[in-house]
Amino acid sequence: MSRKEQTPAQISTFTMMMIFIVLAISFAAIILAIQAYSVYENQFAAAYLTFIGILGIALSLYTIMQVRRRLARLKIETPPVITTIECKKCGFKSVREFQRGDYVFKEVEPCRKCNENMIITAIYREFKEKRKETTFF
Amino acid sequence: MMMLQGLLFELPGGGDVFSQILTILIYAFLFISLFYGQKIQMHLMLKEIEGSLYRLKYIRDEGRRIAIETIKEVGKPQKDPTTMVDRFLEYFTIQPEDMDPAGIVWKLEHILDVRDARFKDEVKLLAPEADDVQINNLENTLEAAMALNYIYKVIRHYYLLGKKTLSLYIIMQIQMILPLVMREAEAYASALKAFAYGQPIGDGIGPLVAAKLMHGYPVRKVAKDCVVAEVPIEGRIAYVIKAEGPGGNVGKPGDAVKAVIEENEGKIASIIMIDAALKLEGEEVGEVSEGVGAAIGGPGVDKFKIEETILKYRIPINAVIIKEDIGDAVSPMRKEIFDSADKAIERIKQVILEKTKEGDKIIIVGVGNTIGIGQ
Repeated sequence: MSRKEQTPAQISTFTMMMIFIVLAISFAAIILAIQAYSVYENQFAAAYLTFIGILGIALSLYTIMQVRRRLARLKIETPPVITTIECKKCGFKSVREFQRGDYVFKEVEPCRKCNENMIITAIYREFKEKRKETTFF
Repeated sequence: MMMLQGLLFELPGGGDVFSQILTILIYAFLFISLFYGQKIQMHLMLKEIEGSLYRLKYIRDEGRRIAIETIKEVGKPQKDPTTMVDRFLEYFTIQPEDMDPAGIVWKLEHILDVRDARFKDEVKLLAPEADDVQINNLENTLEAAMALNYIYKVIRHYYLLGKKTLSLYIIMQIQMILPLVMREAEAYASALKAFAYGQPIGDGIGPLVAAKLMHGYPVRKVAKDCVVAEVPIEGRIAYVIKAEGPGGNVGKPGDAVKAVIEENEGKIASIIMIDAALKLEGEEVGEVSEGVGAAIGGPGVDKFKIEETILKYRIPINAVIIKEDIGDAVSPMRKEIFDSADKAIERIKQVILEKTKEGDKIIIVGVGNTIGIGQ
């Protein structure tokens, strides 16, 4: 298995270079447009150059946004997992983040209130719905 | 003559330059879509598959990385386990021949036993310092990494084959099933960390219900990787069976049910099986449903054994299922699923009261992977 290939989590140098070139040309077009309008009073050329400049900037921004979205999509989300510890004698309850070695019904540290051994009663993750879809069904 | 020539060469859209350009563009578009439409469509589909393949590769590599890191952390091997992990990821199991299906269950069981023993031995070699619970968890982690590797390779195979042959049908088939494949791959990706850390997963709801019922009662081993406890419920004696936790393992519930039935000479009033089941889109996660039959998935060996034994003694079998989707089944247990354990227990008690008499003996089986759940 070859491991020297480029990981998809990185933006390729070629893409970055292309974005910068297009951005540079677009800014140059806008500067030229200003010059054409104010110095040479050529409204037609100024309009064309402005259009090219704006189009270039919009395309570059769109590409950057797409790349960022792709990178964000690549990440594997790890939601926090909660461990609930309970004292069976006095009912004292505490909630903390999951630690390696935790399991349901494991006896853990003594209760702060009655010194009886507490047990893990629940391990779960809270799930946040990304988008609530409205449906009639 | 000149007028005729002008009419012949004048493009529709009038004499305006912009209209003529627009007309040419429309003609070009029509021409391209007529002759190159399919090729463009194929190219777009290939691009879509390529994007998903990138993500699959990333997930596969992450899986491999997590597996190697966990082995190093838990097993403290003397040498670098990377080569062995890479070899492990390529393991395969050949299904027994089914031309003559008689006796195939036992052949399949044997193959699965050999596979299980081989995996355990390999994991022990990879992680010499790991205890039994950690070995089970590591085995599950490596199996998830193996599944991701396999998914990636299959999709890559069809992508490259489609590209090579330029067959629209190969490309189209893979593009159509891609959303489902990605869903499964993402489910395995979230399973990896759960297995590596030993967190309960959605599929563990069956063992969780059984553990809640048997907690505080003496437990004994009944079959390979299975435990049973005698629990009084509503004036009946319930033999509660689950896989032995908290290591990641499903046990052999088929053998356990058979052993308990035979211990009691078939005098069992009812069997209730609890398992996680795939929900349909639109159904709520953690919804509890009830029915009849052996609620157990997997390769079918345990289901076959349970059905054979209950048929021999004519024992009625009931099932309580907790609904969840594939992603929930292999990722850390969602709160909704955890909370449904109490609802399932209520439903079990209701079934017991309705279907059995006081003093009867019943069997309750919590089916699923017991990772992160003790007893």
